[in-house]
Amino acid sequence: MNITRLGAMARNELVQVLRDPRSLMIALLMPFVQMLLLGYGVSLDIKHVPLCTWDREGSQRSEALLKGFAATQYFEIVKVVSDYPTLTHAIDAGQCGIAIVIPPDFSLRLNDSGKSSVQAIIDATDDNTASVAAGYAQAVVATFSAQVQLDTSSTQGMPAVITPLAVQSRVWFNEDLDSKDFIIPGLVAMILALVGAQLTSLTVSREWERGTMELLISTPVTPMEVMLGKLLPYFGIGLLDAGLCIALALFWFQVPFRGTFFTLFVTTALFLVVVLGIGYLISVSIRSQLGASQIALLLTMLPTTLLSGYTFPIDQMPKPIQAVTYLVHARYYVTILKGVFLKGLGMAQLTTPILALTLYAAVITFLAARAFHKTLE
Amino acid sequence: MSGPANKTPAIVARQLTKRFGGFLAVDHVDFTIEPGEIMGFIGPNGAGKSTIIRMLCGLLRPSEGQILVAGIDVARQPEAARQHIGYMSQKFSLYGDLSVRENLQFFGGIYRVPPEKLAARMRYAVDMAGLTGREDDLVSALAGGWKQRLALGCAILHNPPILFLDEPTSGVDPISRRRFWDLIHDLAANGVAILVTTHYMDEAEYCDRVVLINQGRIVASGSPAELKHTPLGGQMLLVECNATGKALHVLTAAKGIRDVAAFGDALHVLTDGADEAAVRALLTAAGISDARISPIAPGLEDVFVNLVTRPALAMTSP
Repeated sequence: MNITRLGAMARNELVQVLRDPRSLMIALLMPFVQMLLLGYGVSLDIKHVPLCTWDREGSQRSEALLKGFAATQYFEIVKVVSDYPTLTHAIDAGQCGIAIVIPPDFSLRLNDSGKSSVQAIIDATDDNTASVAAGYAQAVVATFSAQVQLDTSSTQGMPAVITPLAVQSRVWFNEDLDSKDFIIPGLVAMILALVGAQLTSLTVSREWERGTMELLISTPVTPMEVMLGKLLPYFGIGLLDAGLCIALALFWFQVPFRGTFFTLFVTTALFLVVVLGIGYLISVSIRSQLGASQIALLLTMLPTTLLSGYTFPIDQMPKPIQAVTYLVHARYYVTILKGVFLKGLGMAQLTTPILALTLYAAVITFLAARAFHKTLE
Repeated sequence: MSGPANKTPAIVARQLTKRFGGFLAVDHVDFTIEPGEIMGFIGPNGAGKSTIIRMLCGLLRPSEGQILVAGIDVARQPEAARQHIGYMSQKFSLYGDLSVRENLQFFGGIYRVPPEKLAARMRYAVDMAGLTGREDDLVSALAGGWKQRLALGCAILHNPPILFLDEPTSGVDPISRRRFWDLIHDLAANGVAILVTTHYMDEAEYCDRVVLINQGRIVASGSPAELKHTPLGGQMLLVECNATGKALHVLTAAKGIRDVAAFGDALHVLTDGADEAAVRALLTAAGISDARISPIAPGLEDVFVNLVTRPALAMTSP
């Protein structure tokens, strides 16, 4: 290892990135755009579900129930119909996700037997939205039903019915149950995994493609100097990107931050080593820039989005898939980020994911250092 | 160059062999190059010239044989050997996104040219390439001749005693080629051993020693003057006439003639028993009466074509 040669490599790489519009876009624009796009686009909160109503009774009571639907932020009445074909069409056309039909004898039955029902028709093509919407609808009806009970008892001079047992839930760490707070820290991990691997996947393949590699390997530069010299500038760029993403998370998306920047810095640096190493490994193995960047995209994008726990909770996955997630580097960083952002965890509480990332970094660096040979064969 | 490089040969190749799968690209080749010597490798495309150079630079591992560069075994100490060489590959291979200065600085760093010497070396390289005042131009914007001289400048930045040039003048205009060879001669005069491959026959004349390579083997070697005296087994005649195409056809089919090749609008005829009068008779019989025939000394190209086609013919005939 020689510092002069290492410096020459690093400087060369930096100048090339700064003059290559494609690399520059990946380095600086991609994290920014992705952060904003995905930060807004990916939301697991179900709010303003389009609602279609058909009030077949048109009484004060039925209107009061529908007012209950209109009052919550979970539903938005987009259509009022007066027959089944129109209602079916509205569901089919995707104009509304749920339809509430109040029967013509709604108040009558309520007065007679004290029991009545309303119909909810739900578009279950998206089962998650459907079940959540059904839950919200039930909650609205339950609130209404309790009110009816209370009114009835008070008019008859009876004491209000007391519910004997009730769960009082307290939500910790993400008190508003805002999925944004849960997703944005994971998004930072995903973007760094993507951008990091993309950037370094181009470094060695670019030399092969442009024909500079033949000359480079005829010089006394060692494979280790090539690797470190090429990764060093991207480490700096990666830290810059991480800073940018985290700043957007904190100041733009207003995600709470309860940990320390020290923990954040150390773990981010560690994750960058892994990510950049993977990109370099791909770049050494594939001699075309396009091929390398495609492989890097494939290898990082899918596992990171699906298996890192960034959007889909790992403990709800089938066991064999859960086992696979242990191979996904972003899994550990997502755990760390959520821990640091939302729970305020420090290094000590994050020992397990940090050790896992360290092991990952060691293996990748080892493989990357061995992968590059200074020969044309 | 002074010191031990003068005592040991710059390059020694012993029984150098390279196989790519079942294909024998280089077949037990031996040669030695002394400091200050310009050695030219000449041969058709695919003869194995570039493969030899790449093995000498340590870019390809020889299948058999040994290479000593500046007395260092390339297989054992590739990095130590690489410090002593400068290499210009067939394809232009500087960094196009970098300026002239940045390319030179990069190679200066890679070869660890001491900082106190780097400025002077860079000035020399820029001067040599004729790029004074254009140090901040991006290399991708330079024309062929400048690129090639800058590539040479980068290759000699660390003052290597050995220089490998793989078809350095392909795609370069004649004036730039001429200038390039002047630079090569200056370097050789300073003791640099130079191995250059080319398929320009006229460039062979600029070399101290020429090695003819065909199908991975050395077919002949010697100074250009020696090679021109290679016995070809017959007399070389220059035939000039109006119907050159017809004459070529007639003589190729005739007995007593080994080889006929067109050179410009004349023919070089290598006889095999037939003399000047016999050739004239053949042509007259074919209705060509205006032929001017004169004996000439074979040029390098005649020797080369002859040596290269002879074994090929021997192989194709039963």
